[in-house]
Amino acid sequence: MRTVKVEDAVAMIPDGATLMIGGFMGVGSPERLIDELVRQGKRNLTVIANDTAIPGRGIGKLVDAGLVSHTVASHIGLNPETQRQMLTGKMAVDLVPQGTLIERIRAAGCGLGGVLTATGIGTVVEEGKQKIEIDGKSYLLETALRADFALVNAFLADYLGNLSYVLTARNFNPVMAMAAATTTVTVDHIVPVGLIAPDHVVTPAPLVDYLVANG
Amino acid sequence: MDAQTIIAKRIAHELRDGMLVNLGIGIPTLVATYLPRDVHVFFQSENGLIGTGPIPEEGMVQPLLTDAGGRPVTALPGASTFDSAMSFGLIRGGHVDLTVLGGLQVDATGLLANWMIPGKMVPGMGGAMDLVTGARRVIVAMQHTAKGKPKILNKCTLPLTSARPIDLVVSEMAVIGFPDGRATLLETAPGISVEQVVAATEAKLAFADNIPEMPL
Repeated sequence: MRTVKVEDAVAMIPDGATLMIGGFMGVGSPERLIDELVRQGKRNLTVIANDTAIPGRGIGKLVDAGLVSHTVASHIGLNPETQRQMLTGKMAVDLVPQGTLIERIRAAGCGLGGVLTATGIGTVVEEGKQKIEIDGKSYLLETALRADFALVNAFLADYLGNLSYVLTARNFNPVMAMAAATTTVTVDHIVPVGLIAPDHVVTPAPLVDYLVANG
Repeated sequence: MDAQTIIAKRIAHELRDGMLVNLGIGIPTLVATYLPRDVHVFFQSENGLIGTGPIPEEGMVQPLLTDAGGRPVTALPGASTFDSAMSFGLIRGGHVDLTVLGGLQVDATGLLANWMIPGKMVPGMGGAMDLVTGARRVIVAMQHTAKGKPKILNKCTLPLTSARPIDLVVSEMAVIGFPDGRATLLETAPGISVEQVVAATEAKLAFADNIPEMPL
């Protein structure tokens, strides 16, 4: 793990990168990284996230700034700007059931080629996908989803990069922290090693590539 | 009593002590308001919480504690939090005893459409497809008609949410179940006749001689 300034953490992200961004309706999103992506004007981004929050908040800021060309999400209904950009063709949107989205991300992080799920069978979600029958029940093969960068927010990080989360701000964050080539983390508090008890570490330090310094 | 209140009060009777329950946005959220005092259930918010409590008092909002719609909630004593993989493992894995969701259309066999209107409303399915596919029991809370047109149809015209039929529709007019894959009128709301329900329903309804009144 290396500690970096937020400007440097974002400078290493190229235009056209695929980003996983943690958070659920903006709760638990890495706001400082998002703000810096907007400031540096990174373009043509693919964003993999549960949702695009609302205009002016979390991932919604990237959408407002017109930096996202492709979104993979489960829900965009509370962001009219995302819907507008989708309907005008400015942004491509792949809608994925929430449980399937998180499992595809988990699969990538855990070295699996994909997962089998009954969700989506008999709906438009099954179009173009392989169906596999196991013990008489049909499942869809949903393939692993990976990214160039995972932008993650946690509540606590210790000096080594061990992470813990609070309440509903955990959501997609620890799963995404395993699924990208580079994992970059912002936290609410940086604390001495040992303050997060071993049993309370959710994301172990070796998974974190960059910890964004406070300030 | 308005339609939403009738629906929410009736569905509250379906909750049993100890159940793990997921309530969708809108009318389903109201169900918690009418839970009998002696019934204790665990409410799940699919963003990673079991033990979801009511909206916090003014000045007591914790921004990192919200429901699946992003609104601030509280956590009751005994609550637990977890990531989204765990949350949907609970849902798909059959650990959620009951889910209550909104509906756009339900067909004669109990198939539900509730996530998009092509060309008009494309919000995404969120957790709805997983909930309808995986929860042990699925109840749809919806008004019986939309702009005077039936929503319980022979066949849904909107994209389906799941191949798994729902268990119950509760509207302000009736409770309809799907035993043996057939829409069956189980109860009528106070002051509503069987004929009125039949007239407001496109799907052919099976029903017994005496239809009881909905308990509210």
